[in-house]
Amino acid sequence: MTQAEQTLPESDERIKERSSFHKALIRPELGGVCGTILVFLFFFLTARDSGMFSPAGVLNWSIVSSQFIIIAVGACLLMIAGEFDLSVGSMIGFSGMSIALLSVTFGWPVWLAIITTFILCMGVGALNGWLVIKTGLPSFIVTLAFLFILRGLTIFAAISTTSKTIIGGIRDVAEGDWLAPFFGGKVLTGVFQWMGDEGWIEVYTRGIKKGQPVVEGIPMLMVWALVLVIFGHWLLTKTKFGNWIFAAGGDAQAARYVGVPVNRVKILMFMFTAFCACVFATAQVMEFGSAGADRGLLKEFEAIISVVIGGALLTGGYGSVIGAALGAIIFGVVQQGLFFAGVESSLFRVFLGVILLLAVILNTYIRRMITGEK
Amino acid sequence: MSEPLFEMKNVETPDEAIIKMKGIEKHFGSVIALSGVSLDVLPGECHCLLGDNGAGKSTFIKTMSGVHKPSAGEIYFEGKPMNFQRPRDAISAGIATVYQDLAMIPLMSVTRNFFMGNEPTKKIAGISFFDHEHANEVTMAEMKKMGINLRSPDQAVGTLSGGERQTVAIARAVHFGAKILILDEPTSALGVRQTANVLATVDRVRKQGIGVVFITHNVRHAMAVGDRFTVLDRGKTLGTAKRGEITPEELQDLMAGGQELATLEGSLGGTV
Ligand SMILES: Nc1ncnc2c1ncn2[C@@H]1O[C@H](COP(=O)(O)OP(=O)(O)OP(=O)(O)O)[C@@H](O)[C@H]1O
Ligand SMILES: [Mg+2]
Repeated sequence: MTQAEQTLPESDERIKERSSFHKALIRPELGGVCGTILVFLFFFLTARDSGMFSPAGVLNWSIVSSQFIIIAVGACLLMIAGEFDLSVGSMIGFSGMSIALLSVTFGWPVWLAIITTFILCMGVGALNGWLVIKTGLPSFIVTLAFLFILRGLTIFAAISTTSKTIIGGIRDVAEGDWLAPFFGGKVLTGVFQWMGDEGWIEVYTRGIKKGQPVVEGIPMLMVWALVLVIFGHWLLTKTKFGNWIFAAGGDAQAARYVGVPVNRVKILMFMFTAFCACVFATAQVMEFGSAGADRGLLKEFEAIISVVIGGALLTGGYGSVIGAALGAIIFGVVQQGLFFAGVESSLFRVFLGVILLLAVILNTYIRRMITGEK
Repeated sequence: MSEPLFEMKNVETPDEAIIKMKGIEKHFGSVIALSGVSLDVLPGECHCLLGDNGAGKSTFIKTMSGVHKPSAGEIYFEGKPMNFQRPRDAISAGIATVYQDLAMIPLMSVTRNFFMGNEPTKKIAGISFFDHEHANEVTMAEMKKMGINLRSPDQAVGTLSGGERQTVAIARAVHFGAKILILDEPTSALGVRQTANVLATVDRVRKQGIGVVFITHNVRHAMAVGDRFTVLDRGKTLGTAKRGEITPEELQDLMAGGQELATLEGSLGGTV
């Protein structure tokens, strides 16, 4: 024992020893973990025979969940940094249209259209952040303005150049492009073909695709989701910058006092959110082969709901990327699962509302336990 | 009774001062919070800053730590004119501050707060990681030195008592404080033992040659560790006195405007 330890009274006797199980359980993600288990259990019991858990079924809800994950990661980090972005949905429509107009209508190479769009979107994200910081207005208001501005611009740009709101033909121009497969392609196709040949997974038995597996590979969308979750989790919990994100959202003034570059952190998080929206849009455009001016409607709320189910605090300073990803999975599985279970689709909202409420109640309880909030 | 109780001299500032503040003014719109305050801090001294509520003490030290830019006046750091644009500049110059409002984030763990803005990193395969292990060890050790046993370094600051929070803030500043340590009313929320700990820490820090600026309302605390005493009143310096040149009673009276307190003391039976 060191000197200091001896001279100190053991103040630990006032603290009940907590088991490591209890410690492992009390985490910000607990609400998300419980929700995920519950949702899978529910569908396993009600929709087991519907094909929901066949390779094609799994792929189906995995893709939808991955879409939610991509925008949830951005919204999560931004929310922890203390800000909101309500323009995510409009940003998705905007970036999809930008890619389509630049490549199909203006004849740019697809890779150039994609890169330009990414730069454009992150510029808008930076503008959002800059305005929030310069005006001191709540980001809720500033990004609400951009929700309208971007949507309006998207429709205007589409109508004024092509007099249509949907632009197709992207698949043709993307043929042979080097960048497009990073968003629209599939990986591990060889492995899936081999698994099909071995008879481990379902293959087509008729038609031109005879012998090919029903699930050809893992779509890049899922790879993006995975990469973004790993990146976001690493950034938030394992780096210096992550501490600044928590600090900026927890108490911006206190963070500034100790030298945290709060403005830079917030602007970068707005740009990252825009980046995520752009990834979503690019993958969607590549998958559908078209862009629509009304794409991405309400996506900002779906992202925020995923993040909140995942345990983040709406007012910032607290949350988890893993939690947000679980929230997104819950969202995706419920949406597709009800379809498999043959439940009337309007009940989706009821189900979602109930889960949201339960998760948030549990999350609030856990958070109070961790942070000593009253 | 109209004679001042004590005449404070404006002591000529010695050249070896770490920081020299000259005629600092600060206006917030139409509010004049400071109208020409001068003060300097020598290495290894504890310079006490006293004054009534709203005298401008916090505002003054914030111009020292880069939070506020003075509206007028000069700052010399180690003899060179300095112009702090942001807290970061002051921190890297070697000025550590414990603010009255602490600058602690309740939602974050003690360790994350302790190292906020100064995160230690280690490289694994060329990628920079926050060194949680090292950070946790240092935090536990530093808190122990200050007389506080943490349950765990992951504990959120929100679960600590007010005094414990203050101690974390001080331990943090001491740990990173290079040349000047500013403490804004560090003892106001502390119990007897923690107060003794803080005063002992001030003494220890001072002996290492660090200059300490110690803001307090408590004359006994000031007298216990102070080498020099500067009294602020309504945004102005009343003057600076050296230890031994002034008695606690004189200091007390100066802080609260002499006679009024004397009358008050009479009615309160000498308890103030
Ligand atoms: N950001 C600000 N905007 C406007 N006025 C301010 C601001 N900060 C301080 N003031 C004013 O400046 C004056 C000095 O305040 P300051 O906080 O420096 O006092 P203090 O000496 O630290 O008092 P206390 O002992 O109560 O902490 C007060 O009248 C206060 O209202
Ligand atoms: Mg003050």
